[in-house]
Amino acid sequence: MSLDAKGGAALALHRFGLGPRAGSIRMIGSDPRGALLEEIEKPGAGQIVNAELLTSAAGARLNFAYNQQQQAKRIAARISAEQQKTTMAVMTPEDAKPEDTAMVTVPGAAEPQPATPPQRNVNREVEARIAAAMNAEIGFVERLVWFWSNHFCVSADVVLNMVGGYEREAIRPHVLGRFGDMLLAAESHPAMLIYLDNFRSIGPMSVAGLINKIGLNENLGREILELHTLGVRSVYTQEDVYRFAKAITGWTIRPMATDAEHGNEFVFMDRRHEPGPQTILGKTYPEGGVEQGQAVLADLARHPATAAHVAFKLARHFSADEPSPSLVERLSKRFLDTDGDLKEMAKALVEAPETWDEQRLKLKRPSEWLIACWRAIGVAPEARRIFDTHGYLGERFWRPSAPKGFSDEQSAWIDGLSQRLDIANRIGELVQARVEPAELLDNSLGPLASEDTRNAVARAESRQQAITLTLMAPEFQRR
Amino acid sequence: MKNFVHASTRRELLGGAGVLFAWPFLPKLARAEGRDPRMLTIILRGALDGLAAVAPVGDPDWVKLRGDKAFALDGKTPALPLNDFFALNPAMPNFLRMYKAGHATVVHATATSYRERSHFDGQDVLESGLPNPGRADTGWLNRALGGLEPEARVRHDRRAFAVGPVTPLVVRGPTQVMSWTPTRIQPASEDTMARLIDLYHHTDVELARALEGRRDLSILARSGDATVMAPTEGRQLPQGFPAQVRAFFADAAGTAAKFLARADGPRIGALAFNGWDTHVDEGADSGRLATLLGALDGALAAVEKNMGDVWAEAIVTVVTEFGRTARINGTNGTDHGTGTVALLAGGALKGGRVIADWPGLKTANLYEGRDLAATTDLRAVLKGLLKDHLRVTDQALAANVFPGSADVKAMTGLV
Repeated sequence: MSLDAKGGAALALHRFGLGPRAGSIRMIGSDPRGALLEEIEKPGAGQIVNAELLTSAAGARLNFAYNQQQQAKRIAARISAEQQKTTMAVMTPEDAKPEDTAMVTVPGAAEPQPATPPQRNVNREVEARIAAAMNAEIGFVERLVWFWSNHFCVSADVVLNMVGGYEREAIRPHVLGRFGDMLLAAESHPAMLIYLDNFRSIGPMSVAGLINKIGLNENLGREILELHTLGVRSVYTQEDVYRFAKAITGWTIRPMATDAEHGNEFVFMDRRHEPGPQTILGKTYPEGGVEQGQAVLADLARHPATAAHVAFKLARHFSADEPSPSLVERLSKRFLDTDGDLKEMAKALVEAPETWDEQRLKLKRPSEWLIACWRAIGVAPEARRIFDTHGYLGERFWRPSAPKGFSDEQSAWIDGLSQRLDIANRIGELVQARVEPAELLDNSLGPLASEDTRNAVARAESRQQAITLTLMAPEFQRR
Repeated sequence: MKNFVHASTRRELLGGAGVLFAWPFLPKLARAEGRDPRMLTIILRGALDGLAAVAPVGDPDWVKLRGDKAFALDGKTPALPLNDFFALNPAMPNFLRMYKAGHATVVHATATSYRERSHFDGQDVLESGLPNPGRADTGWLNRALGGLEPEARVRHDRRAFAVGPVTPLVVRGPTQVMSWTPTRIQPASEDTMARLIDLYHHTDVELARALEGRRDLSILARSGDATVMAPTEGRQLPQGFPAQVRAFFADAAGTAAKFLARADGPRIGALAFNGWDTHVDEGADSGRLATLLGALDGALAAVEKNMGDVWAEAIVTVVTEFGRTARINGTNGTDHGTGTVALLAGGALKGGRVIADWPGLKTANLYEGRDLAATTDLRAVLKGLLKDHLRVTDQALAANVFPGSADVKAMTGLV
């Protein structure tokens, strides 16, 4: 049995996109492949234009200023309380350290009410991202943004007011550009430098290293090699990690406390940079400033191991947990042939026969399933509920628990299926007055719906139950 | 080793795919001895600094290595002596109490077979039980269940239990896992659940299996003391970061303990705590690591309390993917290392001991000149527990649970 054009359209919307909206299947029905290619050629594809959104550095400054204000208020309140109690002593405000709330995951932590200015900034960012996903016709480019953002992930647990800006500044501009450009943009971005500690890594033999007691931190260097480029167990050694970490010493941020205007923007500090040449993967990079690390990144971006690593991840994301070797090979070759042109990679995905397999084995990740639900009913919730629902399903929004990003494998997510049922049930309850289950089924699954699913929906005891069953149907869970 | 659990092996593990859903748990041999053992595994993700958790205060090189960051018995925050050589991080008074009661054991200078320094590969090796990293989709704890003799009284699908919507690899596998998440949402009706499971049975068996575990869990939760597994709705979150971490750890572990304590509940559980990757300002005495260890200590106390009488038959195993550098790095933290500690607690232990073949801390003794060397294979510890506590057979341990570990003998005398 092979799918007709309409079936191909529904498949494309679920597999490459973010799920059908009302009318999408019909709209791209005549030529789903062409529609996908058209979406990546659209001017401005993948970009968010929204004057309300702050740059990541401005977001961080907003957060910093707010925290300082609050701290000052607390100190002032304490002083006045003390003064009321006693006139004996003169108070010296303690040199309070900003609370280190960012470093460790605390699932279930409630957001303060009402929203503070930094929280409102985060809310605007998450709503802008969801709006882009709701408004996309297919959502293929948004899926690529999500993919790369997860590949080069940072976490809002550490850089709360920078994550949205990071994605717009480092990921989106290059999502259909060059891998090497995205790599450089991501690794030199303040959000990444903070997230993986490089902003305080100092060359032991640098001026700052010799004078101060602080020194090297190899966290970012390791994760670039292991997660972002070559891949774990590939071609590098512990020595390569160590030397690469030295090559990117001095990649840091302008201090917030002393630079109100440009605090938290990238800066290269030569006095922190380890002097001397560095030999990495057998190649010697001569002594230099910021160019030394840039040259290493440029070579990493072209390395065959990077091509293989990126190809495998893309193939696994768009086809199956165990992608076919031919697809991986095809993507890897395209990567090397085009010097890491990500638009060409996107085209290769669409053109490959393997990605059109009718068997839909891939379980959607919670974020993919949620957006598909919201597109199917035509409305997404406000920021607070976006956070709640993602957190409930174990994929806390922009908060992966480790630099590896969220898992792309079914085994990580399948036991959370019952939590999806709770959410589907709630959506059914909320929209039952306006959503006709039969239409929802046709609009969101159409030709993909099995006879069993159609029967189950038709025989449901209520509209709520029919909607719930549609959103929970295997055809809706998998892509 | 790449596809360790291939189709035929998987069938063997299950005793034939056809009886998957009719195969009840409970270690028959242990039951025959009049025991009903419980086991909870806690994974610390991010690599615990074992030297900061249990400090070798009796090693003359210890202070040389860490300077003013080395715990000492007479330091500013004095470490809690365990014996003449080792002392516990002062953030862990409950563990000390258990240790003194013979209900806690420390294994030091231990590691899995993994010798590189990737968290994610390290966690995969730790949780999969395979000797090397690579694709793994099942965990040793789940496969250990497959190696146990069946016993007819407890439902097959109440064997294993995980906290949170994302299942730790250590309990993934052919044996069904139930997962629990604090919920603030009105759950779907039993009728909707039943219809969906029916639909899945006709269309997608994997999804059917996943959902059935939840259905049985909600029946289990309803059948007993309603307050035990009640959702946390409306509860005020504590203020401040350390208090939140404490509350979360204690909540997760305490809830697991409540389920495990029930006569008709699961016998095996697993959960994971993140945040141990202390590259910067480790804070072993009063900062971040002290907070985390204190929260872990509170979690163990919550397990002890919530298990009640069952604590006498319980073992909690706390393990991490690898240790950290023996020396402090350039940013007052530690980078990825090798040897670390495993912490065991529970009334079933022959505790009150630190088990270590101490490798020493001179540079020449350190692994690659930088990490605490691993002299005890963590698999020996886990095998010892599975064998003597749950009565998993040697054959199953070597063939299925920790494949490729025939030369790693199960540690004796732990239980």
